[in-house]
Amino acid sequence: MQNDSFIEFNRVSFGYGDRLILQDISLKIGRGQLVAIMGGSGSGKTTLLRLIAGQIRAQQGQVLVDGRDVGRMNQRELYQHRRRMGMLFQFGALFTDLPVFDNVAFPIREHTSLSPEMVRDLVLMKLHAVGLRGTEALMPAELSGGMSRRVALARAIALDPQIMLYDEPFTGLDPISLATIALLIKKLSDALGTSAVMVTHDVHKSLEIVDYVYFIAGGKIAAAGTPDEVRASDSPWVHQFVHGEADGPVHFAYPAQQSLAGSFGLEGA
Amino acid sequence: MMLDNLLAPLRHLGHSTINAVWKLGVMSRFLLAIIAHSGQSLLRFQLTIREVYFAGVLSLIIIVVSGLFVGMVLGLQGYNTLSRFGSADALGALVALSLLRELGPVLAALLFASRSGSAMTAEIGLMKATEQLEAMSVMAVDPIARVVAPRFWAGVISMPILAALFNVMGIFGGYLVGVVMIGLDEGTFWSQMQNNVDLHFDVINGLIKSLFFGIAVTLIAVFEGFDATPTAAGVSSATTRTVVTSALVILALDFVLTAFMF
Ligand SMILES: Nc1ncnc2c1ncn2[C@@H]1O[C@H](COP(=O)(O)OP(=O)(O)O)[C@@H](O)[C@H]1O
Ligand SMILES: [Mg+2]
Repeated sequence: MQNDSFIEFNRVSFGYGDRLILQDISLKIGRGQLVAIMGGSGSGKTTLLRLIAGQIRAQQGQVLVDGRDVGRMNQRELYQHRRRMGMLFQFGALFTDLPVFDNVAFPIREHTSLSPEMVRDLVLMKLHAVGLRGTEALMPAELSGGMSRRVALARAIALDPQIMLYDEPFTGLDPISLATIALLIKKLSDALGTSAVMVTHDVHKSLEIVDYVYFIAGGKIAAAGTPDEVRASDSPWVHQFVHGEADGPVHFAYPAQQSLAGSFGLEGA
Repeated sequence: MMLDNLLAPLRHLGHSTINAVWKLGVMSRFLLAIIAHSGQSLLRFQLTIREVYFAGVLSLIIIVVSGLFVGMVLGLQGYNTLSRFGSADALGALVALSLLRELGPVLAALLFASRSGSAMTAEIGLMKATEQLEAMSVMAVDPIARVVAPRFWAGVISMPILAALFNVMGIFGGYLVGVVMIGLDEGTFWSQMQNNVDLHFDVINGLIKSLFFGIAVTLIAVFEGFDATPTAAGVSSATTRTVVTSALVILALDFVLTAFMF
């Protein structure tokens, strides 16, 4: 399928210190695609996004974005790369000392020299897109969890990025906020044609909106496929994850020595 | 075994020395990075002005009140001692010289470190702990340029002004006690002060001191915040470190500067 890949991991390994987090990961995200990366907590999902954003560099292999190796970019190139990219952080990461308006205006003011009126129009447009017009004057502390996630989303799309990275966009939200965010993510991908990577452990909502899914476990790609393939999968591992069962190939206890994928013969899957 | 016990303190000393030197090196590099990224804080000066408000203006009350009381105590103690030698007339000069040369810069810097320095550390540390600094850098905005440099310059600008204010309030406090309360001659009080205070030697040197203190305290404050372990406990211990390190550095620096100046 993905011949026209926009983001590509080519046998990437990364570890913090001696601890290897990602091992020999290869994956592809096509132009305009919305791809989910799923895995348990601590499986290295955020680490994977950091590699795309260039906050950390792969120790082996390449992370290619639009054909360029992020790991080899210098500071200036990295900042250019990031200007085309929007990231929704796990906890929003809104600037707590600035009201909603200034939060959304932040990237616009930093990277363009638009007049205050144009900045205003743009900010209101982005807030409108996430359904939060009228909240400009509120401080982040006055927002509910779902609202601040949406403000953070408005800020992330302020400069119409070509790439969107979502770090667990559904965590800690009530069902209605969750559905709203999912709808927004889907709409943004379709309307703006952004290539998007969504890291999550919420299986059901993700399968509804994404084009492709990768599962990571034990630092490796444990399984991959389209939502339909995933639902139909007979892999016990995928079955357990999709159906949220406590017991199965993945045990409740922390695996002492071997990698998860290794213990289920999924190595090299 | 025996030898080991004897060597342990030595090893500990060596270890802390190496750590201290290492930290000094990291801080120097941090200072260079701040200076290299200062273009924005100067071009978009309102960023720095905003921080001057937080660092400087919010310290005004504590500086004004403390300055006044220190001056009043100096007035009381100075009068007590001077009058034993029959030279109570020199009270004005004593108050002014003590403040301008030593107490003003040093005490203002200590107060500034505990009021504004700790706040800067906590603020930057919390921004780090809540991923705000990371978010900024992912938005292609350098946190050193946008967050650290404006605060640094704001501190460097505020410190001498606060020290000067402390001096003015202190002298006024000395005047209140000496002239208004004890009843010394007002003319003598002021003329003694004028005759004995040298603009270059006392006033300028005092200002130079507070400039050095401003650089040291603010650098420590922003560094500790930026370097904090991004957790609640990490930010709180970084804040404590700012106050403690600042106090030690201010006093040590004061000794060195005094040795060179006076
Ligand atoms: N800066 C870091 N230094 C050391 N270890 C880290 C760091 N960040 C994350 N880790 C570790 O790497 C592993 C993967 O982290 P992460 O990518 O955040 O997981 P996820 O997002 O899937 O929950 C975790 O076990 C975590 O403890
Ligand atoms: Mg994570």
